[in-house]
Amino acid sequence: METRDVVIVGGGPAGLAAAVELYKQGIRDILIVEREKHPGGILRQCIHDGFGLACFHTTLSGPEYAARFIQEAKTMGIPCETDTTVLHISGDKQVTVVNEKGIRQIQAKAVILTMGCRERTRGAVGIPGERPAGVFTAGVAQAYMNLYNRMPGREAVILGSGDIGMIMARRLTLEGAHVQAVLEIQPFPGGLPRNIEQCLNDYGIPLCLSHTVTDIHGDARLTGVTVCKVDENLRPIPGTEREYACDTLILSVGLLPENELSLEAGVEVDARTKGAVVDEYFQTSVPGIFAAGNVLHVHDLVDFVSIEAEELARGAAEYVREGRLRECGIELGAGAHVGYTVPRRISGGRDVTLSLRVKGELQNCSIVVRQDKREIARKNMKRAIPAEMIRIPVKAETVKGNGKLEVSAEW
Amino acid sequence: MTAETGEGKIPVIEGAGCPRGNDYVRQELTAPRRNIATSVLVEGGELPLASVRLTSPIPREMIGQAMEEIRKVHIKAPVAAGTVVIKGLMGYDSDVIITKDVGRGEDAERNKGMSGAV
Amino acid sequence: MQRQYDVLVIGGGVVGSAVARELSRYDLKIGVLEKNPDVCCETSGRNSAVVHGGFAYDTGTLKAKLRVEGNRMMGQLSRELDFPFKRCGKVLVGNTAEDMETLQRTMAQGAANGASNLSIIDRDRLHELVPAVTGRFAMFSADSGILDPFQYTIALAESACLNGTDYFFDHEVTDIARDPEGNYILTASGLKYRCRWVVNCAGLGCGKISDMLGIKGYRIIGSKGDYIILDNHTGKLLPMPVYPVPSNTYMGIHVTNTIDGNVIVGPNAETVSDFSYYGVPKRNMEYLRESASRLWPHIRREDYIRNYSGILPKWVDENGVIQDFKIEIRDDAAPRAVNLVGIESPGLTAAVPIARYAVELMREREKFRENPGFVPERKGIVRFAGQSLQEQRRLIAEDGDYGQIVCRCEKVTKAELLKAIRNPLGVHTMTGIKYRTRAMMGRCQGGYCQMRIEQMIEEELGVKETNVLYGRRGSNVLVGRVRED
Repeated sequence: METRDVVIVGGGPAGLAAAVELYKQGIRDILIVEREKHPGGILRQCIHDGFGLACFHTTLSGPEYAARFIQEAKTMGIPCETDTTVLHISGDKQVTVVNEKGIRQIQAKAVILTMGCRERTRGAVGIPGERPAGVFTAGVAQAYMNLYNRMPGREAVILGSGDIGMIMARRLTLEGAHVQAVLEIQPFPGGLPRNIEQCLNDYGIPLCLSHTVTDIHGDARLTGVTVCKVDENLRPIPGTEREYACDTLILSVGLLPENELSLEAGVEVDARTKGAVVDEYFQTSVPGIFAAGNVLHVHDLVDFVSIEAEELARGAAEYVREGRLRECGIELGAGAHVGYTVPRRISGGRDVTLSLRVKGELQNCSIVVRQDKREIARKNMKRAIPAEMIRIPVKAETVKGNGKLEVSAEW
Repeated sequence: MTAETGEGKIPVIEGAGCPRGNDYVRQELTAPRRNIATSVLVEGGELPLASVRLTSPIPREMIGQAMEEIRKVHIKAPVAAGTVVIKGLMGYDSDVIITKDVGRGEDAERNKGMSGAV
Repeated sequence: MQRQYDVLVIGGGVVGSAVARELSRYDLKIGVLEKNPDVCCETSGRNSAVVHGGFAYDTGTLKAKLRVEGNRMMGQLSRELDFPFKRCGKVLVGNTAEDMETLQRTMAQGAANGASNLSIIDRDRLHELVPAVTGRFAMFSADSGILDPFQYTIALAESACLNGTDYFFDHEVTDIARDPEGNYILTASGLKYRCRWVVNCAGLGCGKISDMLGIKGYRIIGSKGDYIILDNHTGKLLPMPVYPVPSNTYMGIHVTNTIDGNVIVGPNAETVSDFSYYGVPKRNMEYLRESASRLWPHIRREDYIRNYSGILPKWVDENGVIQDFKIEIRDDAAPRAVNLVGIESPGLTAAVPIARYAVELMREREKFRENPGFVPERKGIVRFAGQSLQEQRRLIAEDGDYGQIVCRCEKVTKAELLKAIRNPLGVHTMTGIKYRTRAMMGRCQGGYCQMRIEQMIEEELGVKETNVLYGRRGSNVLVGRVRED
């Protein structure tokens, strides 16, 4: 059987960054498997700028950001098999791939899961009403416009204030469509403040918080939506219905890590992130299978995806060299006002950076890490919002024994 | 971050995380500038469009006019990222550049994988 | 110019297509006039997809008789026409003494109807069959099953088509007249079609067509049912459909496994007069979940992938009592017109027996010559998913496009999509491709593949992007280009 030190599933930003860092760590026998014709993942359609501030100290478009990693991987001679889909990953790290040449199995020493995420759909959020054409997820609309040169509609309403939704509001407006409003069921925006300013306010597109779509009309193409205000329990308030005539509804209602292959491999998935449960090396519950990027937890900025994948690669390289990694026996959990934390287990023997998100909007708060009630790390923040991922470093020397760590937000 | 704007005065900015933040807020409050990302039509390419952006932001109110200029651009494949398609957009010190390599349609198979870019 | 046919079938649903196929056994020129752009856009495609055992209807009715026949022949039919059918059994779950009584009565009725393999089972046996179910006992119908309603209808239609039937889509019949020779002149889509025989298989439109034929007085009501579809990882918890104890007129909200491993939850039953509104209200979704959870407590919101609804055309008398299927020829009012009225559940199970019954009525009045070229077999598109590794390898070796996965959720390959786009009926809507391949029907609902499929339709068929339809007429997917050439 064909063997590889490392098989990387997905050649998006996480997979590419992991490949390049693995190479830097001395691992040479790497294969990236990519289902598209080209590597780059979702960045290929994210033509807006704003990528790369953390990694390259400049602002780039998505394709340019991806190209930097692709160039590096190319120079290193890392192979990327495109138009190739992974059909199955087994718990003992056999990867089954398919392309037009056939199906083959590859035995890997380590498998890196970087499949990214998918969009939540209308069906998943259970939006009532008819099922006409003209209802798109933001990513689909983005692909139609930026990759396929196709206009999805002319008169749009956007549900969900996630970043892609807001970016699509601007994108549609720039191309001559009219965006009537962006609706957000939560009382706070789902995306970054920068996007509210530059994608909505610049174009006079109203952002309606605590509003949702309660009905969809049209038996062929969309003719309109009914919009309602919601109460504090997110339930529509009767009597607040308003009709919007439109031919397009864009949904930006959340992203879900794409973990079907991980589950087949026996990887334990976190109920909150919907991504794998990982330790500080980004190793999943299956030894030698690692995960990073949006397949692990949905990130706000691609730079953090790359940084995370690089951290992963350092662990995976050690795993390939040593055959094992240090025991990660210290559990880590989300405390008050924190939605989740990554990783979920650490060794205590190395400095680590935790990633987390808060559950609601907080002003003048502190993110505090405690072990057995003892504070071991703190980050003061003027403002913390769920849309922004927070990273907080924890020094190895502050961690004592095997007591559980808890991360909470306080003020 | 907070900023106070007295009439006709330079704003007082506090709480920026870095000097870039200071500059950003000053510009936001006095004369906001924006970059634009869109696409231009590619003839004979493996993709119908090549994405573009500006090398530096232009005044926000000029976006509509800038879009009109960019819409007129047609290019032939192959085209490489970084290629300038409009130099000095509307007289500003800002170029419109391609941000994505687009190979020729007939080379699509050869350009697969790492040999082609995004 | 008038198009001349021996028989025109109005409606290309499962019954209309079955009628066309049965008729194509004879030397006749047959046409099907379908108002939608594809064959199973309404009731035939919008249901629970269950092949019923034959116990729920009154003994002696056509519903009971044809359903039993339909169930019996389904295995053979699925092999002949190459559509997915699974005789997985089904349980009706009860808890109270009253439930037990009803189940015993239902079983006796089933026996009288000629349904086989019905039994009352205790809790242990029930949980052996369906471990995840709630209930104290059940009636088990081993002969019940599930099928893919889209593939089934398409298979019947394609078989008819391959045997010479012409399908006309976007052809809603708006007028029926007679010429002096007694031929019927049908107006559809602004065109005239002439025929000696006409068959009303209009489903929800059966009352309207009956009126046009001059057979007045049928009162048709719609019974609308909503459904929720769950992710295909849920299917492993449901090896067969689970129903509550039925009432006289309504089978109750049930959970059904599908051929592809999903679970469908529903339907409620609401009487409607608008036969084209398929919206699903929020309160109904909640109601479905609550009701079905009493039978099968594994319905989680995070597994929802889609909802849909269907409408059954029910013929009712002046008191609103639901009547049997009506399959008739009124030699006085409308000679050589076969009128099918109120073909609702179990129309899916009974489609072919219904068709044979209708054709028999015709043959009692006119002798048809056999069609010596009739080919009963029809092959569907070979799916990549679900094949053995060896078979998958063989498929790719033969056609490299079988190695290109386009729809990742349902693992549908480019080869299957190309075959679907070039389907014998000439259907080219996105929904049509969906029904033929399952692409875009998985958990991401086309989030990954729909743009590729839209592009394939444009390229393969030379259709302009503004003419690609989602499903019905007017359901254009796109409005134009971002940059025009």
